[in-house]
Amino acid sequence: MQTNQLVLIFCSALLLLGLLAFYVGRAKAARVRSAGGSMFAQPDQYAWFAVLSTAGPAILVGAVGAFVMLLLGADIPTFYLLAASLVVAAAGLVVGLAQVRPNFHARQAIERVIRMALASAALISIFTTFGILFSIISEAVSFFQMHSFWEFITGTTWSPGDSFLASAGRGDGEGAQFGSVPLFAGTFMITAIALFVAVPVGLLSAIYMSEYAPQKVRTVAKPVLEILAGIPTVVYGFFAAITVAPIIVNVAGFFGLEASYNNAVAPGVVMGIMIIPFISSLSDDVINSVPDTMRQGSLALGMTKGETIRDVVIPAALPGIISAALLGMSRALGETMIVVMAAGMRPNLTANPLEDMTTVTVRIVAALTGDQEFESAETLSAFALGLVLFAVTLTLNLVSVLMIRRFREKYRVNNL
Amino acid sequence: MSHSFDDISQQLRRRHRKSARLKWISMGALGLAGLFLVLFFADMLNKGLPAFQQAYINTEVNYTEEAATDARQAIAEDLVPIVSRTEIREIPKEIRNDEDLIGTSEQKWLLVNGEVDQYLKGNRNKLNEEEREAIDERVESGQVELAFNRTFFTQGDSKTSERAGILAAVVGTVMTMIVTLAISFPIGVMTAVYLEEFAPDNRLTQAIEININNLAAIPSILFGLLGLAIFINFFGVPRSSPLAGGMTLALMTLPVIIISTRAALRSVPDSIRHAAFGVGCSRWQVVRDHVLPLAMPGIMTGSIIGLAQAMGETAPLIIVGMVAFIPDVGASFTEAATVMPAQIFTWSGEPEHAFVEKTAGGILVLLAVLISLNAFAVLLRKKFERRW
Repeated sequence: MQTNQLVLIFCSALLLLGLLAFYVGRAKAARVRSAGGSMFAQPDQYAWFAVLSTAGPAILVGAVGAFVMLLLGADIPTFYLLAASLVVAAAGLVVGLAQVRPNFHARQAIERVIRMALASAALISIFTTFGILFSIISEAVSFFQMHSFWEFITGTTWSPGDSFLASAGRGDGEGAQFGSVPLFAGTFMITAIALFVAVPVGLLSAIYMSEYAPQKVRTVAKPVLEILAGIPTVVYGFFAAITVAPIIVNVAGFFGLEASYNNAVAPGVVMGIMIIPFISSLSDDVINSVPDTMRQGSLALGMTKGETIRDVVIPAALPGIISAALLGMSRALGETMIVVMAAGMRPNLTANPLEDMTTVTVRIVAALTGDQEFESAETLSAFALGLVLFAVTLTLNLVSVLMIRRFREKYRVNNL
Repeated sequence: MSHSFDDISQQLRRRHRKSARLKWISMGALGLAGLFLVLFFADMLNKGLPAFQQAYINTEVNYTEEAATDARQAIAEDLVPIVSRTEIREIPKEIRNDEDLIGTSEQKWLLVNGEVDQYLKGNRNKLNEEEREAIDERVESGQVELAFNRTFFTQGDSKTSERAGILAAVVGTVMTMIVTLAISFPIGVMTAVYLEEFAPDNRLTQAIEININNLAAIPSILFGLLGLAIFINFFGVPRSSPLAGGMTLALMTLPVIIISTRAALRSVPDSIRHAAFGVGCSRWQVVRDHVLPLAMPGIMTGSIIGLAQAMGETAPLIIVGMVAFIPDVGASFTEAATVMPAQIFTWSGEPEHAFVEKTAGGILVLLAVLISLNAFAVLLRKKFERRW
């Protein structure tokens, strides 16, 4: 409460100083100008410069102080910190007003400040990546101090067991095994099913839209397909668990097979439906940018339209199509809600898609929504899994970008 | 080897048939995708529309002295198993709020419990034969009826299906989206302006560009891990709060806004910039007074689409704890809240059959909001799109 009031007072004081800077600066500039001197900039620009030189350093001091308090744990009383930055603001005000001189380039100074502000905003996206890397790696490292990396990568049993008791001081956490192979097997199984659905449907839709469809159909079909990508994943998860899974169980029962209600096919198929538009829209763009001369050449040699597409257009567009499939795959690997709601919780190393199996993302969610201590091995294992997930999706994305770049350079297309 | 004319024309027919087959197959694939969509919406409507109806019972509520302590005294004894438990529990609260009520009685429509409600809608329920007949009689006499479900839109979550509503989640979503937009819109637009209008073409700029494209493709759950480790554990932002959720989603929406803003800025023709430079504007003046206003419709469209995407996102919010049970509707940035997708997720985990209907109802509300947001974005683009 105390701090809140202090901050409020600080903000209003800063606002007042800023207003003061603006009006005094403008008045001074106007006075100089009306005295007959020619100036480099407009009075308003001098005024804005005064405001910037008042508020900028003061906010910077406050932010640096707050950061030092948070990061280094230094104990600076808030009152002194805010008072110090107000003093800086007052100094800035004096300097800013002193700069209202005919031969000072106020506009260029403002330009430099704005440029710096924009550049620092651009750096935030870099910080985000580093933040993700840093947060995942630091927790993953403390996990690997408890359990060996090799066991994590090659172990075939995932049973966190009573590792949460160990962190509470009871039990020794023995018997907890973190072998991630069954999780990755489940993830890849579901991803494979998804791609099995999405690649043929997505690619053929793209072929139809770019090669056959009249303009009218195209303008309707493309946004309609995009709707599939816009449906929230939690909704797909519900659809998979409530509607699709029982259908799969019934169909399997019809053929005399036994399927679990948490089988891998239901989330796989629904995930496939979800990534159809990712694959179709990128493939569509790629097929469209295959040069028309290639098609005409092929048709002139007497190939039918179908043969042209199969033997000329698709091979030419292949790098782009593969890159679309890889993007879809990285989507499917990182997809969470569909598998949390429709896939199983039991780590299960099997090749039968009708059994229940779990995935990496399911275990991450399970580990972090349980009521374990944060420092327990199970919670930290989520970050280790996250690290592997990050590495895999990053690689897929990079390969996909490289493929599309190769395609672009080969055919000199610029809009991809 | 010699080919007769018949051989060749037969071969040609075969080839043309094959060619036509590809056309039909590819058309079928597109139709299949459309069919998925139709089936999906039909299924959701079928499951969700009953949630907008709810059974009510017309009965006399006696506000007596006894009712203030034992709420069940307030209504006729044979109705106690029919009326919703949570509804009965409200009666002593009403009496406490208004002492004058004691001694009066009032004819009221009360919520009926979930099992009876499900029976009336023809779904699976736990009522036995006798109870069903009793209900049927009351329906015929007009004492029990299905009406528009006000509770669903005016209440927060509840453990009993008949009283569970989506309002708390809607409020939570609005608060979270305010935080998300307040952070990601300015930073996103500033980044895009820097990259398009100011940045020199050097290594740093290229690194930022690659990084943004990469961020757009990172699985959303990893943003949740970031939010948990950095915002909650490190900076001490309150767990489950719209602030924590909004900040996490802001980082996720950032690439979407940056990419669409850059596209919008790029579509402003260079002649505008040259003209502005020609009359002596500085770079910032060109951007502020000429480029940004012209690119604004595009920027808004992109931001709305990014917002809709963030609104449907669940995984990172689960990680930062926004799946809390929120029975009361309250608007605060720092207290525990839930959002619509998270509410849908919570309901989908409830064992009672009546919650399936609530879940689908919540999904319909969410889809309606998302579709209208996207439609608004499309309209905005159509209205202000300019071909140079």
